[in-house]
Amino acid sequence: MMDVSLGHYLVVSAILLVLGVFGIFLNRKNIIVILMAIELILLSVNLNLVAFSAALNDLAGQVLAMLVLTVAAAEAAIGLAIVVIYFRNRGSIQVEDVNLMKG
Amino acid sequence: MIPTILFYLFAAVLIGSATMVVSARNPVHSVLFLILAFFNAAALFLIAGAEFLAMTLVIVYVGAVAVLFLFVVMMLDIDFEELRSGFQRYLPVGGLVGAVLFVELLMVYGGWKLAPDAAKVALSPMPSNVSNTVALGRILYTDYVFLFQASGAVLLVAMIGAIVLTLRDRRTSRHQSIRVQTERNAADTLVMVPTALGVGVKAADIRRPIVAEPEPAHADHGHGDHGHGGHGHGH
Repeated sequence: MMDVSLGHYLVVSAILLVLGVFGIFLNRKNIIVILMAIELILLSVNLNLVAFSAALNDLAGQVLAMLVLTVAAAEAAIGLAIVVIYFRNRGSIQVEDVNLMKG
Repeated sequence: MIPTILFYLFAAVLIGSATMVVSARNPVHSVLFLILAFFNAAALFLIAGAEFLAMTLVIVYVGAVAVLFLFVVMMLDIDFEELRSGFQRYLPVGGLVGAVLFVELLMVYGGWKLAPDAAKVALSPMPSNVSNTVALGRILYTDYVFLFQASGAVLLVAMIGAIVLTLRDRRTSRHQSIRVQTERNAADTLVMVPTALGVGVKAADIRRPIVAEPEPAHADHGHGDHGHGGHGHGH
């Protein structure tokens, strides 16, 4: 086993990204699992930024990772609020039924 | 040696729990596996030396975002079985897209080389004599203060948006509306009824109609309160 290098972190981050995208493909109808898959994608981005920050001895990567964390939390909150009120109005969260504003 | 073993352990659990997040049947299991994934990612951050970010991940992602997911999953009475109906159909296409994405990422990582003067162009070089938190604190409020304030504004807007979206104003509290009160005029409240001289108000039939009082339930509430009070004092 070699020492943990930048490449190891990048591979883990790539696998997480692919799993997140794959999760969106699989759970097309389940909006909550889609939101969780988006959180996985953002986690992979954070891992990537932190790995490069550690490898290049640059703190800017960690600052950017903190901002990505902030935006991910805000987006999760708004997305879940929309799910809650949609369920309140319609009684189901079938994503295919979200067509009330269709022209 | 030990950090390497720990890295492989945490990475394996992270990838395993991420797989379970997207493929679990029970949505509560999905959220719990997401929490496990966040914890293992925080451990990977610790191995890389970003300890402030690791703790922030645990506090914000696990403590707030994942708990929010859990609340929503448990609050909404959703039939998750019918939502999984497209699972098998999209598996090959999703797998193909995922595989292509993975190969592309590996090609980029494989062909990437560190420039010889990369250390000179570092935006905020890591100081070696202070801890990670101190170093982040030194640059966050000075060099990156604009981004810091902007992220605060983003959070404020998100908070206001979530409240505006989900607030149900039930009007159970009797509150004043100053606008309604100041816009009131005499036509809304006063009606001039002409009455004949010497006849009186009863003949003009303008008295307020009598509404039957609802049966007061104070007796039951009183017994209940005394009973609770008695039990409480007993404890």
